[in-house]
Amino acid sequence: MQHVSPVREPLVTGGKTYHDITQDVCRQVEAKPNIRWMAALAVALFFLGVFIYSVYRTLWYGIGEWGLNKTVGWAWDITNFVWWVGIGHAGTLISAVLLLFRQKWRSSINRAAEAMTIFAVICAAMFPVLHMGRPWQAYWVFPLQNTFGSLWANFNSPLLWDVFAISTYFSVSLVFWYIGLIPDFATIRDRAKGPIAKVAYSMLSMNWKGSAKAWSRYETVSLILAGVSTPLVLSVHTIVSMDFATSVVPGWHTTIFPPYFVAGAIFSGFAMVLTLMLITRVVFKLEDYITLEHIALMNKIMMITGSIVGVAYITEFFIAWYSQVEFEQYAFINRATGPYWWAYWSMMTCNVITPQLVWIRKVRYSIPMTFVLSIIVNIGMWFERFVIIVTSLHRDYLPSSWAMFSPSIIDIGVYVGTIGLFFTLFLLFAKFFPVINMAEVKTILKYTVDNGPTYTGHDPHHTPTPHHATPGVPASAPVTYTKHD
Amino acid sequence: MTKRFALGVFDDEDVLLHAIENVRAAGVKIYDVFTPFPIHGIDDALGIERSRLPIAAFFYGLCGLSFALWMQIYMLGFDWPMIIGGKPHISLPAFIPVAFELTVLFTCHGMAITFFIITSMYPKPKVQVMDVRSTDDKFVMAIELKDGTSNLGQLTQLLRDNGASEVNEKEMTKN
Repeated sequence: MQHVSPVREPLVTGGKTYHDITQDVCRQVEAKPNIRWMAALAVALFFLGVFIYSVYRTLWYGIGEWGLNKTVGWAWDITNFVWWVGIGHAGTLISAVLLLFRQKWRSSINRAAEAMTIFAVICAAMFPVLHMGRPWQAYWVFPLQNTFGSLWANFNSPLLWDVFAISTYFSVSLVFWYIGLIPDFATIRDRAKGPIAKVAYSMLSMNWKGSAKAWSRYETVSLILAGVSTPLVLSVHTIVSMDFATSVVPGWHTTIFPPYFVAGAIFSGFAMVLTLMLITRVVFKLEDYITLEHIALMNKIMMITGSIVGVAYITEFFIAWYSQVEFEQYAFINRATGPYWWAYWSMMTCNVITPQLVWIRKVRYSIPMTFVLSIIVNIGMWFERFVIIVTSLHRDYLPSSWAMFSPSIIDIGVYVGTIGLFFTLFLLFAKFFPVINMAEVKTILKYTVDNGPTYTGHDPHHTPTPHHATPGVPASAPVTYTKHD
Repeated sequence: MTKRFALGVFDDEDVLLHAIENVRAAGVKIYDVFTPFPIHGIDDALGIERSRLPIAAFFYGLCGLSFALWMQIYMLGFDWPMIIGGKPHISLPAFIPVAFELTVLFTCHGMAITFFIITSMYPKPKVQVMDVRSTDDKFVMAIELKDGTSNLGQLTQLLRDNGASEVNEKEMTKN
C-alpha cells in the first residue's frame, strides 16, 4: 500500500520499501570493507600518527614546542578549539532543533551529523587540555578540593564555564546519539549472521525489541532530549564566545559575540555536514536518501548563517567606530590593514562573499559547487577564529610588547592531526554503525512516492504514471510536484 | 516458564492500526505490538497511557539546578570566600552558565536512565525477539495463548480478516 502526496516533494527517492531501507543502510555494515574505505582509513590513520607524535612532543618538551610567545599566548590551539566546537554544532542543530521544528527532511542526515558532533567535540577538547601544559592535572578544572586546603575552582571564570559547557554538551550529545542508534542496532542484530556481530550488536541494542510502549517512551525521551539540547547548543557557543567577550582585550570585548559565535558555529557546522554528506552519499551509494533537495536545504541554512556572520563583521566595525574607543578602533583597522590583513580578507572572501553564490539555484543544486563551497567555508571559518584571536592579541594596549605569531611545525601537526583523528573516528563509525537512521527514515517513507511519478523539477508537461489507489487520495488526483523555492 | 503466542504479521502500519482496534473490539487482549519504527496513533489504539517521563524530566532538571546553585554558593560564598574581579562572593549572574549546564546534564542523564529502567533496557548478549522481521519491515501483533481458553483457529481467522499476511505460533521463555 502506497501513499502519495500531491503537494509534498518526496523525502526519499527511488520508490523504496521499508525493506529496501534496511538493505541499503545495512549493506555497508554487513559487507566487507571496500578498498576505498581502506584507503581513506589508511590516510586518516597516517594523520592520526602525526597527531600522536605532535602531542608527544607537546607533552614531553612542553608548550614551548608551539609558536606561542608572551604576547600571543593563545593562537592555533584556541583557534582550533573554537573551530572544532563550532563544527560540532550542526549535528545537534539538525537532530534537535529541526526535530522540534518538525523538519522531516532531517531524518536521513541526522545520524551522521550527530556522529560528526561527537567526533568534533572530541577533537575540540584536545586543545584546551593540551594547552594546560600539564594535562595530567586536568582534573583541577573540576570542583574538587585541592591539595592545599578547600580552595575551589573559580565559578566566575568563563574558562570554567567552558569546562561545564563542553563536558555537558559532549555527554548529552553522546546520550542523544546512542539512544537514536538503539533501534537500528536492533535491526542489525536481527540480521547478523556471524556470532561476534550477533553478540556485539545484541549488547549495543540493549535488549531493544521495538514494542509499542517502548517506542512511545522512546519518542517522549527523544523529544525532551531535543528540547534540552536546543538551548544547550546555543549556550555552549555563547559560553565559548564569553571566553573572549568578558575580557578587556580590544577586539574581544564585544557584546555581539554570543549570537555571532552561534551563527558562525552553525555556518561552519553545516559546511562540514555538507562536506561529509556529499562524500558519504557517493561512497555508500545513498543518493536516494541524501537527495539534492537535502543538499539544497542545507545550503540555504549555510547561506543564511553566513549572512548573519557577515552582518556581525560589519556591526563589529560600526561599533568600534561608534564607541569612540581608540583602542577598539585601532584593533579593527589593524585587522583589515595590519600585518594579518591576508587572514582578515581570506575570512571575508570565504565567509561573506562566496556563500552568496548559494542564491543561485544552479549552485544550490550542484554537487561539485556545493562541495567546493563547503570546503571554502570551513577554511573561512578557521580564519575567522584565527583573526579574532591572533590579531586581537598581537597588538593590544602596550606597543612595546607587540609581536607576531607564526605557527611551529608542531602547531600544524596537532591541527592536521586532529583532522586525522576526526576522520579515523568517522570512518570507523561509517563502517560499523548505520549511517542513516533507518527507523526514522521509515517513518517518513509515506511522504514519498513508490513506483509512481518521481520528482521532475520544473516540467509542467510532465504527466505522472498512474499510481495505486490509496485512502485519502483519489486515484485521479494529479501527482506533480512543483518547486516552491 | 514458557509462554505461547499467536503472532499476526502485518505489512503496513495503517492496516495494523485498524487491526488493533478490531482485535481489541472483539475482546481479545493484545500482549504487545512490535514495529520497526514508532507509529503515531498506536498509543491510543492500544490504550497505552501517556508517559509521565516529562514530569520526571522536570524534577531532574530542578535537581540539577538546585545542586549547581548550592554548589557554587557554598563553595565560593561560604567554604572559601574569595573576591574575584571585585565581584561579590555570591555573584549569581556569573553562576548562571554552570547552573544552566548542570540543569541540562541532570535532565538528560536522569531521563536516559529512567527510560532504560522503565523499558527494561540493558546490555544483553542474547536478545530473544518474537519475529526478527519486526525490526525490518514487518509489524507484529503478539497475542498470548492461554491453555484451554484461547482458540488458535478463531484467533488466526480474526487476524487474517483484519489484514494479517501470516499468523504464526511462537513459544517464548519468560525472561
